[in-house]
Amino acid sequence: MAIAGTQRTSLAATGQNAAEVAAEAERRDIRSRWLLSTPALVIITLAAVGPLLIVAIYSFLTPGDYGNVVWRFNTEGWVGVVLQKDIFSDQWQWVDAHLSIFWRSVKLSILTTLTTVLVGVPTAYFIATRPGRWRDVWLFLITIPFWTNLLIRTYAILDLLRTEGPVNTTLVRLGIVDKPLQLMFTDFAIGFGMTYVYLPLMVLPIYASIEKLDFRLVEAGYDLYANRWNMFWRIILPLVKPGIIAGSILVFIPSLGAYVTPRVLGGGKNMMLGNLIDLQFGQGRNWPLGSALSITLMVIVMIALLYYVRVASAERRNYG
Amino acid sequence: MRAANGAADDAAAKRAETAVEAVGVTKVFGQGEERVVALDNVSIAIGENEFFTLLGPSGCGKTTLLRLIAGFDHSTEGRILLHGNDISALPPFKRPVNTVFQNYALFPHMTVAGNIGFGLEMLGKPRPEIDARVDEMLRLVRMGELKNRETSQISGGQQQRVALARALAPAPEVLLLDEPLSALDLKLRKEMQIELKRLQHETGITFIFVTHDQEEALTMSDRVAVMNAGRVLQVGAPRDIYDRPAERFVANFIGDTNFLQAELLAPAKGRPRVKLPSGKTVGASLPDGINAARGDTVSIVVRPEHAEVVAKPSSGLLSGSLGNIVYFGTDTHYHVNLDTGGSFTVRMQNLRGSESGFAVGDKVGIAFKPDAVQALRD
Repeated sequence: MAIAGTQRTSLAATGQNAAEVAAEAERRDIRSRWLLSTPALVIITLAAVGPLLIVAIYSFLTPGDYGNVVWRFNTEGWVGVVLQKDIFSDQWQWVDAHLSIFWRSVKLSILTTLTTVLVGVPTAYFIATRPGRWRDVWLFLITIPFWTNLLIRTYAILDLLRTEGPVNTTLVRLGIVDKPLQLMFTDFAIGFGMTYVYLPLMVLPIYASIEKLDFRLVEAGYDLYANRWNMFWRIILPLVKPGIIAGSILVFIPSLGAYVTPRVLGGGKNMMLGNLIDLQFGQGRNWPLGSALSITLMVIVMIALLYYVRVASAERRNYG
Repeated sequence: MRAANGAADDAAAKRAETAVEAVGVTKVFGQGEERVVALDNVSIAIGENEFFTLLGPSGCGKTTLLRLIAGFDHSTEGRILLHGNDISALPPFKRPVNTVFQNYALFPHMTVAGNIGFGLEMLGKPRPEIDARVDEMLRLVRMGELKNRETSQISGGQQQRVALARALAPAPEVLLLDEPLSALDLKLRKEMQIELKRLQHETGITFIFVTHDQEEALTMSDRVAVMNAGRVLQVGAPRDIYDRPAERFVANFIGDTNFLQAELLAPAKGRPRVKLPSGKTVGASLPDGINAARGDTVSIVVRPEHAEVVAKPSSGLLSGSLGNIVYFGTDTHYHVNLDTGGSFTVRMQNLRGSESGFAVGDKVGIAFKPDAVQALRD
């Protein structure tokens, strides 16, 4: 600003007058900048900041008898996230159910992220190393599941995992197990379903980074005595790391808040955070607790994002 | 002078031992209509401790040959021998051969030292040995102070040196250089040419250098192989290639040349002679494997600097009128329109105070210096 001001001054005829002209121009500049960003600001306020504020306020109110809230300040919603009063002894104690749901959410999200990385890296590598035409075909196939409703796809998974479903039938027939396994309504089922649902979100960014990979570097690595193992760990993986990190964020965050998949495949028993929040606004009729849980979820996501930003900026420093 | 000759003899003796040999190598890419023969039955032997250059226009197969030696591609037919052992089937990481890539291909996620030490690390050398070798390499390419820099923070010339150090660090038996200087500006390129010669001299490693720049090939190489359309046309010392081109393509690709048609005559005193279009005869050198017989018409070449413009048309071997005179400082080019048709360029050195006195339109003769005429195989 200061520099721009000086330049204008030097261009104008007289000192005093020029300073005024410059100041006026700057004011106009700022005003037009604010006006131009108004649409964006309105949308952000209406769609993000406003609802968030309502959730934050509700979390400090008293639950109404039939849902909704009573406008009386109350911190019980927040306390209820992790603590509850024992009905008989009036003692404060941890809410084991909530803690196990937190734990399951974080655990399953991390597991989902890891399995999608494990499956996604070879898949993306395979696609990126195909000849041009085939690459498009494979990418197209990857995006096909997005065309079908999530609920339908999840029920399809449920059907696969049923006691009499194809997975169990095959296992029994091959003699790997004596009797059908209980696959439905387990953490495994939820993890399996989420891996399936979020895999494309992992494959696409990794594909983008592998596609950008300079394969001359791979040749240089081979030339310098790196075998296939070293090549992968020392050259390819570090170079596609940005893609893996981006994919992990894209998978981990929605995993934490997943609702449909745990609801269908966990059978309402193995809840995750999304289901717990839903419960408070529905049957639980405890909107303040639900709001407090929502904000807790957001904080966990934000911690994950901050970590990402730190890793990513360190990455940028490395690559200059 | 004697000492220099002695050293040259030594080098020649060492060279007698073959470092890399391509035996009947053919490389075909693609199939059907997309089928491209990149190398067509190429056989070549590269001596130990030699600075050997593969020279040719783009698409001539020189880089393909280099990649076959490095192991990035495998030949369709034929074998690659390294010190007599067939390495055709080995993957690149099992060949004691390293490459300097055209765009350096430095690892962006490693420091300068990390890049240079990578090969040794992969060979499983102990850390102290790697560190010592990295320092030695950095000294060799005069980059000591940039050891811990990121490769993105150094200039193109410096990246070039790091790429060289990285390829030399594992002490390969042969160093392959794929147009390593093409991305540098002229001044830096000249500097690196000298630097490369020094490195080859100091390390005593066989260098196989790929370039399309004829000047680079002539100034740096012990021997040059001129390639075109997947074939090796001629192999020889730069002087041989320049003075005694065997084929039209070689003569044309390297330096400026005058092409003439002449009739092959019976040798006089053991020396082949040709009859020029002007009717005069002159001694000529014949390349090996020429299949022209007495009375046949052959192409001959005369380098512009191997001819002279003389004032009296009848005293030259050719005659014509001066079409153009271009002054270049060190020398002057005379373009002569020959009486028998066609034009002929003569390049004469400018000496102080020796005005030639020729003017455009003058009737002149063209005399040849001794041994100026080279017949071609085609």
